[in-house]
Amino acid sequence: MSTKLIYFAWVRERIGKPEEQVDLPAGIETVADLLRWLKSRGEEYENALQYPDVIRVAINQEHVGHREKIAGAREIALFPPMTGG
Amino acid sequence: MASAVVPAIRVQREDFDIAAEIAVLTKGRADIGAVVTFSGLCRDEEGALAALELEHYPGMAEAEIGRIAAEAVERWPLQGISVIHRHGKIAPGDNIVLVVAASAHRQAAFEAANFLMDYLKSRAPFWKKEHRADGSEGGWVGAKDADDEAADRWKKSGE
Repeated sequence: MSTKLIYFAWVRERIGKPEEQVDLPAGIETVADLLRWLKSRGEEYENALQYPDVIRVAINQEHVGHREKIAGAREIALFPPMTGG
Repeated sequence: MASAVVPAIRVQREDFDIAAEIAVLTKGRADIGAVVTFSGLCRDEEGALAALELEHYPGMAEAEIGRIAAEAVERWPLQGISVIHRHGKIAPGDNIVLVVAASAHRQAAFEAANFLMDYLKSRAPFWKKEHRADGSEGGWVGAKDADDEAADRWKKSGE
């Protein structure tokens, strides 16, 4: 199944695109798995996801933790800690 | 009844008029005894900052503010609540965010507005980038531990 990945702020700048559609390989079950897999996709991903612990994640526009299962996710967003308000 | 309160949430590029937003909440009502507003403005950091660029996650920004506002409605006896958050380029002195909370007695409105701002800072998907007055790009504003701690103090025991 194809999943839409969206990036914001410096995660977007380092990866070099605002979003992309990806086919997740078998075995990618959790957010942590996804981050590990993305990090292996090239230098720009390695650069953006160097410290996975600081990356915040939303599935279908709701905050989730890194242990969350991603089955059924239409849209997964990766971004740094928020600085609004 | 508190359950009838529907928070008014807007994420927009345009500025807002604080007096007009208060009027929208209170018009035609005689049961509101307290209105607390908080507005957040762009600082110039002693002349070093030319502007802030606010990036947001369209859709989730509205949804997350809605979830935070719904929690405020659940926790305090409010009669109205409005939240406006701007995005795009914002100059020093200009408005960034507005929270208006209305209640019968002041304590609920004060606390709800405070809670909303603490949660907005750490959970609403907005990111600030600095444009420096000397023309250089200042980079992304870092999240402060103090903001997370401020949000944490509203957690109920057992959470």
